[in-house]
Amino acid sequence: MITYFDACRVLNQYRSDAVSISTMTQTKYWNDVSKKPDLDISIGNAMSKASSLALGIALGAPERQVLCLDADGSLLMNFGSLATIAGAAPNNFYHFVFNNGIYGITGGQPLPTVEVDYAKAAEACGYTGSYRFSDIESLDSSLPQILSNPGPALIEIIVKGEPEHDGVDQTWESNAKMPMQLRALRKNLTGVDDWGPGGPFL
Amino acid sequence: MINGILHPKNVVAQLVEQNVSHYVTLPDSETAHMYEALMAEPSITVVPVSREGEAIPVAAGLFIAGQNPIISIQNAGLYEAGDSLRGLGLGIGLPLVMFIGYRGHNRKGDTPDTAAVMLEPYLHLWRVDYFVIESDEDLDRVPLAFDRAKKTNQPVALAIGTEYAKEPSIDSIMGGAK
Repeated sequence: MITYFDACRVLNQYRSDAVSISTMTQTKYWNDVSKKPDLDISIGNAMSKASSLALGIALGAPERQVLCLDADGSLLMNFGSLATIAGAAPNNFYHFVFNNGIYGITGGQPLPTVEVDYAKAAEACGYTGSYRFSDIESLDSSLPQILSNPGPALIEIIVKGEPEHDGVDQTWESNAKMPMQLRALRKNLTGVDDWGPGGPFL
Repeated sequence: MINGILHPKNVVAQLVEQNVSHYVTLPDSETAHMYEALMAEPSITVVPVSREGEAIPVAAGLFIAGQNPIISIQNAGLYEAGDSLRGLGLGIGLPLVMFIGYRGHNRKGDTPDTAAVMLEPYLHLWRVDYFVIESDEDLDRVPLAFDRAKKTNQPVALAIGTEYAKEPSIDSIMGGAK
């Protein structure tokens, strides 16, 4: 079994200038190791939609690798996105699924089933590559080749669950973070800063 | 549905005029002919989704990457997409034009289709500006919607209150000319 920290540390070694879209528990670890926060999006206010947002970015910026750091519970809520992504077939899309078998943020309740093999599901939908890792050494040694192969690829990582017992506080400041990140990324990708404030947080 | 005539080619021309890059959609029975017309338009990429809740996040990603997407889903699908509209539409201030199929719409006020009954109250509840299109004569509302979305940095809906007309195929036109 792999720890969140190790998975994020290893992935960060090979990310190059890829855009990242992360959600749930791995976000805090990813934010700690990432050296390119201007290319990072943390989905904190739209559970399950990391894969769909990442797909849009991948289709809109085909020259840029896109890493989606998804979670098993989140993906179950948006399972059809596997078929959507496979159909769109963006070759710059790499879909990491952190599988801990629980709803970590809400205290560790079990998923409806822990028997889902997300790599097999992706393969059945038509992803170009699908992989499943439960030890950090294999993940570390395989990632360079996976990221050099065309996507879409799903990389399932079996991680040790870390149930959150203190809940998640939502503040105006914390909820403003994602809209600000999205604007920064658009500016980074397009070179144009033309998206003004909007919504309740900006 | 209203009996006005809405030609897909005229709607596509409006989308080309607005430099739309991607049409993110889950087709429904009312928009079938629109889908066919878009597949024939090389400047717009059709992105099919598996469920309506994916449409707004995909469009948000495309916009962040510098593209100019719209979405097209049915009213019943908009209800399913509520949390996406909240979190990645209204919540981030996304200037997005949403074509919403107004299934069950009529002007008699006695439609048995709750998808129609609830659409306008739903849009009001979410504070989404909208325009209703019932025929080609209403297409001046398309640029209004794009303008409103850009000025407010908010999603704006175009409720399509009639079925798109079936365009004659090239084969049928040529055949008729013989």
